[in-house]
Amino acid sequence: MAKDKPGTIEVKSFGTHHVITQPNPLRKMLLRVPESDLDDPVGRAEQALAGLSGEFKEWMTIEADRLSAAHATVLREGFSDKTREELFRAAHDIKGDAATFGYPSAAAAAESLCRIIEHAPDLGAVPPQLIAHHINAVQAIVRNRTKLDTAVVAGVLSKQLRGIADEFLTHANRDRPEHLEAILAPSIVPGE
Amino acid sequence: MYRIDFNKLRFLICDDNPHMRRILRTLLHSFGAREVYEAEDGATALEMYTHYVPDIVITDWSMPIFDGLELAQMIRQPESKGNPYAPIIMLTGHSEKRRVTVARDAGVTEFLAKPISAKGLYQRIMNVVANPRPFIKTKTYFGPDRRRNTTNTYIGPERRGSGEVEVLQQPSLLEKARSAI
Repeated sequence: MAKDKPGTIEVKSFGTHHVITQPNPLRKMLLRVPESDLDDPVGRAEQALAGLSGEFKEWMTIEADRLSAAHATVLREGFSDKTREELFRAAHDIKGDAATFGYPSAAAAAESLCRIIEHAPDLGAVPPQLIAHHINAVQAIVRNRTKLDTAVVAGVLSKQLRGIADEFLTHANRDRPEHLEAILAPSIVPGE
Repeated sequence: MYRIDFNKLRFLICDDNPHMRRILRTLLHSFGAREVYEAEDGATALEMYTHYVPDIVITDWSMPIFDGLELAQMIRQPESKGNPYAPIIMLTGHSEKRRVTVARDAGVTEFLAKPISAKGLYQRIMNVVANPRPFIKTKTYFGPDRRRNTTNTYIGPERRGSGEVEVLQQPSLLEKARSAI
């Protein structure tokens, strides 16, 4: 923990704003090391992450099942704030986690589903098969990962789903420019 | 060359997903961190923030009770008893530019889009440790300076009013926060 006493804060006041500076309280956490220093914290962390990879399949199955359960609730009860939120949260978690767990195509399919939930003007008007295909795709990608040809098939599948979802969203939002802009804007995540 | 002495840094991570918390904990421990506190929602994180006074907060955006954005806004209260200056790294599956802007306007220091990588996380931590930005307080904003680049090529009206009027020296709020626990 930071034990050093931070210095005093300096406040410069201007017409519409104040600029507040203080000596960097974390400066002492920076160590000057020689260029020859062999410590590699990033490499060490990557190794530790690889050490966890034996658990990724199980984690991914749990996440995919949570998504399917949320979808089953939607099918049973329809869309409400609560059911929508749980379906979105489950899909959003897969979007964020799946690539780390070694399932980038599942992440892509989940992202496409997130976009539908976020940007469809009326979720009740979204063709049920479109949502179901996304759920099934995630499940298929997770369950069949060990097959040799799966990676290619999964990539094609998630791309096709995204194409269909985008076509639907673009049409459904033709009169909602702010959503249209968000749908068409590029992701800030670098490509694989 | 510089590297970070992680074993002196205190982290608070906030994510409702237990798998992501495990990943984060693993990465931070591998970097050398010893003190890593975890919360699964924004409310618990705020409580832990006040109690443990972490050096760096890493938070997800979407969470139950209140989310990472609200957590950032609550931390960035200049009049609060706690430390309003702690670096906040938002780690999120949201990957649209619009979201980055919203997070920035809530006072988030760094934005890291999932999928997480050891290198990406390390770089963000290095940034907040080595290059802290001054804080700006206006009527509607309190947080790290949102202008990262100083450029002479900007064309447009100057939105910050000039006319320096005074310089005040105040005791550090971080120091005050730490002495209160």
